[in-house]
Amino acid sequence: MSNTSTATATCPECEGNVPVADVEKGEIVQCPDCGAELEVRATDPVALQLAPEEEEDWGE
Amino acid sequence: MKIAMLLSRVRVEEKLLLDAFARRGVDVERIDDREVVFELGKPALMCDVVLERAINHSRALSALRIFNDWGVRTVNTFQVAAVCGNKLETSTALVRHGVRTPRTLVAFTPESALEAIDRLGYPVVLKPTIGSWGRLISLVSDRYAAEAILEHKEILGSFHHSIFYIQEYVPKPDRDIRTFVVGDETIAAIYRHSGHWITNTARGGSASNCPVTAEIDEISRAAANAVGGGVLAVDLVEGPAGLQVIEVNYTMEFRNSIETTGVDIPGRIVDYTLAEAERAAA
Repeated sequence: MSNTSTATATCPECEGNVPVADVEKGEIVQCPDCGAELEVRATDPVALQLAPEEEEDWGE
Repeated sequence: MKIAMLLSRVRVEEKLLLDAFARRGVDVERIDDREVVFELGKPALMCDVVLERAINHSRALSALRIFNDWGVRTVNTFQVAAVCGNKLETSTALVRHGVRTPRTLVAFTPESALEAIDRLGYPVVLKPTIGSWGRLISLVSDRYAAEAILEHKEILGSFHHSIFYIQEYVPKPDRDIRTFVVGDETIAAIYRHSGHWITNTARGGSASNCPVTAEIDEISRAAANAVGGGVLAVDLVEGPAGLQVIEVNYTMEFRNSIETTGVDIPGRIVDYTLAEAERAAA
């Protein structure tokens, strides 16, 4: 589930280094360089993509 | 015992729930709502209970319908999600069960909605029947504002904005109350403070602990019971006539409430889910 072997991954927006120790698939992380919200799509190895925009039926 | 969790985006809440399951030595099968394919009438899930944590209401509702039809127990049930996911359904359930809630009028055209707003008296609150995090909720202060909002809804809104849900505005202190009900117990409550009339913490409201008084406990459990029970967050306002229920949430967020209340909310949800799994297996 979680992954501690990869310390950083590459931001798909700005190619900056994003810390990804102990992340879960589906979790949202923020790129420290460009501020983009990124979704963890896989953990072994870690794959990041731009997080989806909020949709109208999101919430509690 | 086999537990599955329906989710896509893993928020802080889902991480805390997964951690709580892991601490209890329970392995959780994760069902990603973007990848799953269901065949109706062909149960393809071997588990005792599904904890629903999808961020999309429409996906949650559809998946719960299918799981329940397959005979799979879910937290919460399809019926509860259907009632809580729609403010009109929630209000009618509260009224049916005699739970105090602000006066609410429903109309189907901008003209009849305007008449309803005039009848209720200003200010009123206009809400989409489906929606969360305080989106597109309007505090309508006078007739000109009412006319403008109704026209915008008619021209720009999608079809579900054509059900006009009009609610009395309850004058309240700069806070409301959110309570957390798990099964038959009100496990915790917070005040949500904001200078803005929308107090959602998702919209910048701040949280502090709210002692669960007998009155808060009673109305919270009554509201949870009215919508079908389970794991629920109940929003209350303190009006001149006492506590009233504004809404009930079925996939509650609680990240700001654990330290604030000192209650292990994810742990309590997980224990309830495991108890449901035991009941399902029995």
